[in-house]
Amino acid sequence: MSRARNAIVSALVLLVGRRRRRRPKPEDTRLVPALPPNPAAELAVLALLGLSSLSALGFILVYAFGDSLPAETPLLGTALGLAFLFLAAALIVVGLKLVPTEEIAEEYPPHEHPGEQQVIAELVDESGSRFTRRRLFKLGLLGAGGTLGLALLTPAVSFGPLFHVGNFLRTPWRRGRRLVDENGRPYKASDIEKNDFYLAFPEGTNDEEKDQMAASLVVIRLPPDQLRLPPHLKGYDAHGILAYSRICTHAGCAITLYRAPLFQPDEPRPALVCPCHYSTFDPTTGGTVTFGPAGRDLPLLPLYVDSAGYLRAKGNFDGPVGPSWWGVRLWKAQP
Amino acid sequence: MSSRGAPLTRRAVRWVDQRTASAPLLRKTLRYLFPDHWSFLLGEVALYAFMVLVATGIYLTFFFVDSTREVVFHGNYYPPLYGQRMSEAYASVVHLSLATRAGLLLRQTHHWAANVFIAAIVLHLFRIFFTGAYRKPRELTYWLGVTMLMLSLLEAYLGYSLVDDLMSGMGLVIGYSVGLSLPFVGQNLMNWLFDGMFPGSPKLWPRMYIAHVLIFPVLIGLLLGAHLLLVAMRHHTQFRRTKAQTERTIVGVPAFPGQAPRSLGLLAGTAGFLFLLGGLVQINPIWLWGPYHTYSSTNGAQPDWYLGWLIGALRLVPGWDFTIGSYTVVPNPFWGGAAFPLVVFGFLYFWPWLERRFSGDHAFHNLLDRPRDAPVRTAIGVAMVSWVFLVFMAGSADRVNVTFGIDYVSQIWVYRVIVWVLPVAFGFATWWICKELRASDLVVLDRHEAEAEARLARLRRGDEPPGDPGALAE
Amino acid sequence: MRAVLTLAVLAVAGLLATGPARAGSGTPKDPLAAYGYHLYGQYCLGCHGGNAAGRYDQPSSATGAGPGRAQGQQGGIGPSLHGVGAAAADFYLRTGYMPLRRIGLQPRREPVFLSNHEIDALVAYVASFGGPPIPTPRPGLGSLSQGQALFAEHCAGCHQIVGQGGYVTGALPPALVEATPRQVAEAVRIGPYVMPAFSRSSISDRQLDSIVRYVEFTKQPTRPGGWGLGFIGPVPEGLVTWFIAIPALLVLCLLLGRRFRREPGA
Repeated sequence: MSRARNAIVSALVLLVGRRRRRRPKPEDTRLVPALPPNPAAELAVLALLGLSSLSALGFILVYAFGDSLPAETPLLGTALGLAFLFLAAALIVVGLKLVPTEEIAEEYPPHEHPGEQQVIAELVDESGSRFTRRRLFKLGLLGAGGTLGLALLTPAVSFGPLFHVGNFLRTPWRRGRRLVDENGRPYKASDIEKNDFYLAFPEGTNDEEKDQMAASLVVIRLPPDQLRLPPHLKGYDAHGILAYSRICTHAGCAITLYRAPLFQPDEPRPALVCPCHYSTFDPTTGGTVTFGPAGRDLPLLPLYVDSAGYLRAKGNFDGPVGPSWWGVRLWKAQP
Repeated sequence: MSSRGAPLTRRAVRWVDQRTASAPLLRKTLRYLFPDHWSFLLGEVALYAFMVLVATGIYLTFFFVDSTREVVFHGNYYPPLYGQRMSEAYASVVHLSLATRAGLLLRQTHHWAANVFIAAIVLHLFRIFFTGAYRKPRELTYWLGVTMLMLSLLEAYLGYSLVDDLMSGMGLVIGYSVGLSLPFVGQNLMNWLFDGMFPGSPKLWPRMYIAHVLIFPVLIGLLLGAHLLLVAMRHHTQFRRTKAQTERTIVGVPAFPGQAPRSLGLLAGTAGFLFLLGGLVQINPIWLWGPYHTYSSTNGAQPDWYLGWLIGALRLVPGWDFTIGSYTVVPNPFWGGAAFPLVVFGFLYFWPWLERRFSGDHAFHNLLDRPRDAPVRTAIGVAMVSWVFLVFMAGSADRVNVTFGIDYVSQIWVYRVIVWVLPVAFGFATWWICKELRASDLVVLDRHEAEAEARLARLRRGDEPPGDPGALAE
Repeated sequence: MRAVLTLAVLAVAGLLATGPARAGSGTPKDPLAAYGYHLYGQYCLGCHGGNAAGRYDQPSSATGAGPGRAQGQQGGIGPSLHGVGAAAADFYLRTGYMPLRRIGLQPRREPVFLSNHEIDALVAYVASFGGPPIPTPRPGLGSLSQGQALFAEHCAGCHQIVGQGGYVTGALPPALVEATPRQVAEAVRIGPYVMPAFSRSSISDRQLDSIVRYVEFTKQPTRPGGWGLGFIGPVPEGLVTWFIAIPALLVLCLLLGRRFRREPGA
């Protein structure tokens, strides 16, 4: 019984009691100036700390009962955010209103310490007094350190093919490969309608291989009389059906924009466009760049239609696929 | 034994000092003086945002799966993706966002913290630059800071690319292309880094992951520690606002008790705002973008704001690959993606040296300049900032077209001209404004001095009781 | 008398020459289509020509993207409406794309000033030239997931992955938030302006149902994380960072970094 009473009294003292102000020490022996108490500020801080605790508690409750609450994330965020913000407010009141803000002047540390510098320099110098062939030793150390460092870095070469870059030219396309859609269904020439654009892959590639840059195509059909392919690309189309690499030659994004004018006299000409930096390729001239930062024509895959009407590759692209590197114009793509 | 101080405090301090011999250091630290100006808190905001990043980041590492292995999504909680193939990494983030309690809050807070972190660093950098705080003896501190900025940009880019959603996947291939465009070495370097042509091998993702959660944070942490240590050892700079503040004498608020509650309040406040944002404002809703495939893309894809200057640059450069014969010496993305940031960071790194060289000022500086007091520096700084900013604006020209109807192609042509012309104009205008402000300062100074002289004269004649002669600076 | 007769003959000849002739029939018999024929003369004749056969006789200036204007201004030319069907007429009229407000530029969604009855009449008239009927998409039968995948493959490049619209060189694919299911189905098949036209062999009717269902979903995307910011990604996120978060933190810094004040008694 008396224990309960003691508990109640202690709680009351905690809540309401104030520390009796000690007799202030004389000013000249204090380290931090004495300021009169600020009961209003203290109350404010206590209130803010209380609110912060409630908010934090609220977070725990929302977390526990989140199933039956809508807008769970906003509630959680508000609760936790407010818990911190109330704490911040309490600390700010403490900082601005309760603890003294002293303005103290002090000397900056010296610019340098010539004495110590001298000692260190002499230390190093004198320690080396037994070395007669200093320059050679310095070279030797440099050599050993340098080569050792190089040796330690060498295993990093295994991270990937640093010297063998032939993979950049390889594509899954070879003569006779059929074009299929994402589900593996082969395309017939008659499937390709004008004013539409199609996603195509080499037949027989699995999902991982479909993600290789050289695999995906954007296939369109244009009236053959609209085509103005340059001499080296003559015959790459199959009766007006064109299969371009889907990967932009600027920075590798997929070309999924096709400008297909419904009424040609009044509308922009057909174009394949990349959504990243708006490189615009003209499909009638073999993928030449008409706007945007791409510096290289879009690679074209030569097509033919087999006896059953299916679209097949006649060979490989007219150039490497994807963004350019220093040797991109030196080589043709290879199967 | 002194009888001052509460018994508990005394016992605690005694315990620590006996075991660590750190009482002298603690005393010095507690009484370290902070300059009393709000702009000195910007670096702290960045620091606290970094703490929130690390804390929320650690949580996220317990849920993220760093694998590009394809899985089929079977989450009933999000029908639009049900049955679709995606990487395990992407699936793990979708699960964390939509099916893990508090997961979305912590993920969004982490992403907001990254945005705010870099914004705070940029503001802090502006304060450092335009007040000359980087001058001797603080060049080292400054270089550490610039390096941290660069590392933070890479770290953040890695972070949002790890999710493997449609938008960030597009961003990753662009980064790869910029790497590829490095003259002569690009192809080898990227083949090596990605373990093959893009999209690389299954080893790529764990590589990015360990870089993002261990290598970069440790690097940034170490540099940050060194940065703060140097700041403390050399002491902060200060504005000269009272006569007491000189090159020799620092006037400030001690860490304890004055500064501590303010700094802690800033920490709590930063964390509070970030969590509030993390809960109330959706950021990077990757479940809406869908998974990335090299053959997929979406309109309106953009990098996070701190890389917007790069997409602007990439879009502005006209379509040339610089070739010599059949050698593509400089593929196009190099200019916007590599050369441009190289120039900007090069400027940042070399500026202290350049300024020393051309102004001949090799002195120690503990006092800060007001921007107007260094017209050339301020003008050049404004010119650089406006250059980067205009390029940054160019990067959103397509959305401006969508929203405001101004033709994209026309905008690009206009930007191509103004990114060179306007910064020069702004630079000159700034220089002139600084000069004018200083001239008016001198007028004010003259007036103060004249009034002080007049008062002194009256005093000597006995016409006025002694008073406070007009103070110079206030 | 002779003058009057000559005038009468001339008048009749004139009417016969200038009035739109329809492959032998003149005004359609169906009263709705007849009313449409009358409206056609009022709103459409100038560009789509007599008998809805189209007008191609104006010289066209530069087409295609380039510096400055995306389109040259030109006189009234327009395609033939033979075979476009009720679907096309319904689409263009109900979105307000037609009657075209600005000749030579991309049609845009405009407030529709024609009444429902007038639109029905015009649709009936255009339908009388043959072509596909108005589609009836059933999004309830579609799969949301398949719709997302199809939309990502065929549509997101121009319209953005959640249909917020975008840019392609020379055109502005619109946001789909105002597009009704019927309009989506119509547009997919028609391919208006520079949009590709997807036939049934490319996107089947069931697949179209899925796409329509997905488009409906994009009008209110899942946003458990709070304010959606337009669902277009980092641009508005950056704006929030710089115009909401940073100012708030700056206010905090200003509050905390007060200038030295003389404390009472200090």
